[in-house]
Amino acid sequence: MIDLVAKSPAAGLLPVTVGASTLSEQPVTQIYSIAPFKGAHVSTALKKAVGLGLPNVGGSKSEDGVEILWAARGQYFLIGAKPPPLPAAITDQSDAWCTVALTGENTDHVMARLCPLDIASMEHGDVARSLVGHMSAIIVKRKGGVTLMVFRAFAKTLVHDLQTAMRSVTAQATLPD
Amino acid sequence: MRINCPICGDRDRREFYYLGAADYLNRPAEGDLDGIHKYLHIRENPAGVTKDLWHHESGCSSWLVVERNATTHEIHSVTLASEVAK
Repeated sequence: MIDLVAKSPAAGLLPVTVGASTLSEQPVTQIYSIAPFKGAHVSTALKKAVGLGLPNVGGSKSEDGVEILWAARGQYFLIGAKPPPLPAAITDQSDAWCTVALTGENTDHVMARLCPLDIASMEHGDVARSLVGHMSAIIVKRKGGVTLMVFRAFAKTLVHDLQTAMRSVTAQATLPD
Repeated sequence: MRINCPICGDRDRREFYYLGAADYLNRPAEGDLDGIHKYLHIRENPAGVTKDLWHHESGCSSWLVVERNATTHEIHSVTLASEVAK
């Protein structure tokens, strides 16, 4: 039998550091989409099973390496754990997303070139669906940066777009007056 | 142009997709050929307040009914289409 080698979405592309900002790929882990059926309550059962209930719109919860993100209207992403059977549409999307972390003091400026949101006004743990370049993305504000999730097939474009913005921001910051 | 999504808040126009008149929410009865013809082809084209369907495609994926003024570009209200179509 052939042993296939699993590759992470941004394998060979990251990490990259330009000036004060660093872009690195986050390890591939379990990602489950949970879309509760109309009127169904899943939060209590979920909390019992994985220790976390559903977050508010635009929010997230995390504990012991498990995280749950608001991902869209009526949709949540459970990361790092498998959900129990729930009255919800549950899909395993573990290999469908490319997750990267952008860190450094330039983060807000780099994001300002690519994203219509004001990242600086987001609080730690805030989640937003928006655009990065032309890609639909999940944006999570972190301490000292952001985590970005785009569809796996966009990994190379995401790295290219971010790297270009990182270079440009760094270059402008180091230009003589 | 910015649209205040009831779920995500004030967002840039880039995140939204425009479908057309909010009349699309009022489907004619099955078999009503005249109704279907009007539903598909006959549209008011007011120079003033108009209601349109927008999709927050790069945001929360909600369908929205946006009431705006076609001459001044002012946006009067944004409602979830699911609330309007109830």
